[in-house]
Amino acid sequence: MYRPGSVCLAIPGKIVEIDKDHATIDYGDGTKRKANISLVDVKIGDYVLVHAGFAIEVLNEKEAQETLDIFRQMLSYEEE
Amino acid sequence: MRRNKLFSLRDKKLAEEIVSKIKELDINHKFMHVCGTHQDTLVKNGLDSLLKQCGITIIQGPGCPVCVTTPKEIEEMLLIARSGKIVTSFGDMMNVPGEKESLRSIKADGFDVRTVYGIEDAVKIAEENKDKEVVFMAVGFETTAPTTASVILDKPPDNFSILCCHRTIPNALKAIIEMGEIKLNGLIEPGHVSAIIGSKPYEFLSKDYRIPQVVAGFEPIDLLMGCWMLVKQIENNEAFVENEYKRVVHENGNVKAKKILNIIFENCDVKWRGFPIIPNSGLKLKSKYKKYDARKKYEDILAELKNKEFKEPKGCRCGELLRGLITPFDCPLFGKTCTPDNPVGPCMVSIEGSCNIEYRYAD
Repeated sequence: MYRPGSVCLAIPGKIVEIDKDHATIDYGDGTKRKANISLVDVKIGDYVLVHAGFAIEVLNEKEAQETLDIFRQMLSYEEE
Repeated sequence: MRRNKLFSLRDKKLAEEIVSKIKELDINHKFMHVCGTHQDTLVKNGLDSLLKQCGITIIQGPGCPVCVTTPKEIEEMLLIARSGKIVTSFGDMMNVPGEKESLRSIKADGFDVRTVYGIEDAVKIAEENKDKEVVFMAVGFETTAPTTASVILDKPPDNFSILCCHRTIPNALKAIIEMGEIKLNGLIEPGHVSAIIGSKPYEFLSKDYRIPQVVAGFEPIDLLMGCWMLVKQIENNEAFVENEYKRVVHENGNVKAKKILNIIFENCDVKWRGFPIIPNSGLKLKSKYKKYDARKKYEDILAELKNKEFKEPKGCRCGELLRGLITPFDCPLFGKTCTPDNPVGPCMVSIEGSCNIEYRYAD
């Protein structure tokens, strides 16, 4: 999935180390790479979306956990 | 191996349920998305043909930054490379054919052309080659533009500059609708562009043109749910911007990134491949940062391109494809004279281009 040619792909990863404007990102498959974090406010343990060497947004863990449930509710609501 | 599981939504049963619910309805809708990663998900998982059976046709509009970069911009970069500068860009940019050559082909002639993963790598090259000029071809939509802005704000070395080709999505969508060549029933907005700009900048489209919109993520279930949301809006005769991708996209987007964008760039009118000039659909460096603007820095070198007309490659139908009028299969060159190894147009070059994606996942 790591495609250096791509212009709009962004990959989620977890911040494991911060050094000023850069952080080490763990992509969960054994890959760790540095990314610039100057576009986001983050701390160690946060999940971010990385694009072209920059974290572009912080991922909302709670929303991620609830997304499927919300979808299920939306679908069943239609039947009521 | 699975990447961070938390953010890869997979639920086969739910996906089947969405499909069967859409199938129950007797519909014939056309939706447009503008993102190579959306197209990849749709084709790779066979969702495009599955949805077609349910009465939904989804097409990729001008949603591939490399594809919408114009022949003129390619020639500008080639000319800068030929003048002896080190030129850098994303991998996909390298193979896009210009009138006679591509960046890759002139690299073979000995010119210094380098592929980078992002703009920071290009700045590093400039730092390591202080006696040379380094130019980064800055392509990409709102997802990528903040990375350029952040680097310029950090004051890179004087031997570094950018050929700015950044473009912005909302007014391109307006152009598609205004041109009236294609009747769309809904728009699927790109998740990662929206991560930066939020969902608000699309609202005028629903208000002015009564078109339903959904900001969607990149898992199969995101796109299925996005389609379901659009279908429901149409059923209820509603038109607004719905956010399916809340785990990433906020209404106001990434405020910090938007602030940096506004410091560095201003909006401009720009031509997109296959389109006329689209008002307010491009970004250019503010005059305060002109020393990093390759078009100003190398005005003399680029002067010869000033009034030149640029033609699309012979027989290439990328323009019509980017306007959503045809599919790759309608182009007589597709898979014959035009392949990823020997591309005629940019939609076959870029891994985000429709032709490349169809070719890659063909049986």
